[in-house]
Amino acid sequence: MDNASRLPLWRAALVIARRDFTAILFSKAFLFFLLGPIFFGAISIGAGALGAKAADSADPPRLAVALSEAESAAFADAHSRLDDAVRLPAIAIITADEPREPDVLLADTSRNFGAVLSGSLAQPELSGTQERLESWQGEVALLASQAAGGDVSALPEISLQPTATSVATTRSVQTATATGAITLLFLLTMLLAGMVLSNLVEEKANKIIEILAAAIPMEAVFYGKLFAMLGVSFVGIAVWGGIAGIILSLGSAAMGPIPVPAVGWPLFVALFVTYFAMAYLLIGAVFLTIGSMAPTVRDVQTLSMPATILQLAVFFLATYALSDPGSAVELFAVLFPVSSPYAMVARAAQSPVLWTHAAAIAWQLLWVAIFVRIGSSMFRKLVMKSGAGGRAIKGRVGNSKSAKA
Amino acid sequence: MPRPLTGTSPPLAIEAHGLVKRFDDTLAVDGVDISVPEGAIYGILGPNGAGKTTTLRMLLGIIDPDEGVRRIFGHDRPHEIARLIGYLPEERGLYPAMKCDEAIGFMGALRGLPMDEGRRRGRELLENHGLGHAVDRQIRQLSKGMAQTVQLLGTLVHKPKLVVLDEPFSGLDAINQGKLEVMIRDLANAGTTVIFSTHVIHHAERLCDDVAIIAGGRVPYAGSVDVARDRIPAQVRLETANGDGDWRSALPADAGHDKKAHGGHFWTFPVPDSGIEVLLKRLIDGGAGILSLSIERAGLHDAFVEIAGEAAARALDEDAAGETV
Repeated sequence: MDNASRLPLWRAALVIARRDFTAILFSKAFLFFLLGPIFFGAISIGAGALGAKAADSADPPRLAVALSEAESAAFADAHSRLDDAVRLPAIAIITADEPREPDVLLADTSRNFGAVLSGSLAQPELSGTQERLESWQGEVALLASQAAGGDVSALPEISLQPTATSVATTRSVQTATATGAITLLFLLTMLLAGMVLSNLVEEKANKIIEILAAAIPMEAVFYGKLFAMLGVSFVGIAVWGGIAGIILSLGSAAMGPIPVPAVGWPLFVALFVTYFAMAYLLIGAVFLTIGSMAPTVRDVQTLSMPATILQLAVFFLATYALSDPGSAVELFAVLFPVSSPYAMVARAAQSPVLWTHAAAIAWQLLWVAIFVRIGSSMFRKLVMKSGAGGRAIKGRVGNSKSAKA
Repeated sequence: MPRPLTGTSPPLAIEAHGLVKRFDDTLAVDGVDISVPEGAIYGILGPNGAGKTTTLRMLLGIIDPDEGVRRIFGHDRPHEIARLIGYLPEERGLYPAMKCDEAIGFMGALRGLPMDEGRRRGRELLENHGLGHAVDRQIRQLSKGMAQTVQLLGTLVHKPKLVVLDEPFSGLDAINQGKLEVMIRDLANAGTTVIFSTHVIHHAERLCDDVAIIAGGRVPYAGSVDVARDRIPAQVRLETANGDGDWRSALPADAGHDKKAHGGHFWTFPVPDSGIEVLLKRLIDGGAGILSLSIERAGLHDAFVEIAGEAAARALDEDAAGETV
């Protein structure tokens, strides 16, 4: 490269990214961005609760009955008699050849046990999370009394054995974590894509785009803008993560043990950030390309509508898919490029299998490369044909063939 | 070594042949040929809508021509030598939140100048152009003229060999127009090639060595300003006390005549082939009563009318009248 040639693509992109990064970081918009989690949190908690409720409805936790064979049969009989009259938890009889230890049963991920009834009908013991014990002890006492042929006015005293967690609780919380993560991913990408779009339109309105077009490759503008906003979002995530870490470390004693996503918190956070980057780069590339076509804010709103609808569809698809892991719908959500990051972040919360993440990240990287390549190419062709940087026919002279002078 | 399109000398900063650009069904530029010698001040003169900006954008590689070739300093891909070029677009644009020195530094960075060096030079340039007090001001806090000056300084911060200015005088008041003219002359004196577009004839007439007259997407004339003016014979402006007499036969039959309220008669006609002395003798002998006589060389405006036609000239005048001069 000699002193006459233009900047190489990466250096030109760096000039744009540096400018955008600094400008956004010190803007009011970034402050609002930092406040975003307050709103996101409220929405995520709501969505997470809904997700947990949905998970409970789809696969309700059951009471494992680990009594003697005869007492188990009597308990099942009492359950079938009372089930129509009283709302009771579903039960599963543990046979003699199965492991009967409450801890083992509660940790069995293949069965969704909320609590385990052991001991005898006269001296029943109920193991499970505190919340579950409080919820079920009345029903269990009633059933034990009926099974023993006793009087409902003299219910047996149940020995409660609280445990830190159970598969049912963990599954419910993991589903809520998955839903919350998808919601956060959706809101973050939506917000950032909107910001990158308005940033570009503002640039066109400020008539700067032609200066950039004359000096550097337009692809560099595309890359610079896309990655500057990614950098800004990483700063935001780091700030939020730091604050969340402080809150958790200070309040961990009061909050008790926090349920862990299937892959563990550190890996889950790393995967969330990776999938967020993928989701943003995919949708950001689409939005920037749309921005290159739009001369005004009004046009942006019109042109970006299909992309916004696509984002919403992807969100609903991923949310629906997480309630049915392994189904065809979930597989489609994992494979469809735009929904893949959402579906995979849900998997990270729900499943400990790791190789699928390596494959999904490779797959998404391929699509990011395709989207960014096509987007930047279209951006180069379109951006100078619209808005202030483009032609505006003012033909007046000669045979009305003239364009912008 | 790039092959020159022509064997002309001195070396050319810009050479373009047969540039054509269409936008959908509109023919914006129709076969433009331009040759700009290195170190020259070159004007592209034409009314709004004539194809000036489209031509400049093609020369700079912002848009590609549909047909034709263009070379900047011998390179047919202008972006390859972006660091040698400074460009001030017609649509002025700066980031409103940037400080003046930052804006200049950023524009330098786009052309390969390290940001810190660009800001240092920016502060120096601002100081030299009477804007030292505005170094730390944001662009949004500047007047339009000041912002325009900042952008122009940003165009020059990397010391380009070729400066392309699209309607640089547009929007400036008379004082700033004068300052800009001085800057353009200084650039040319330092060996920089300057090409600018304008729809105001007197800027081109005062500054340019060569011009391209453009109208309706075509360039009917490209060359020296002097040659363009010489296409029209010098005009005799004569004022006589008498309106008629034998001496009238010394004047061309189609000489322009205007009778003034105070009784004088004004006549305008080309210098006769027989020469001015013969004309003078016949006027005196015939008793025309000469009150005044002058010979005026045609201006660039006259040349424009002659070359581009009256419609284009009218449009040019209307555009110029719309400007604050």
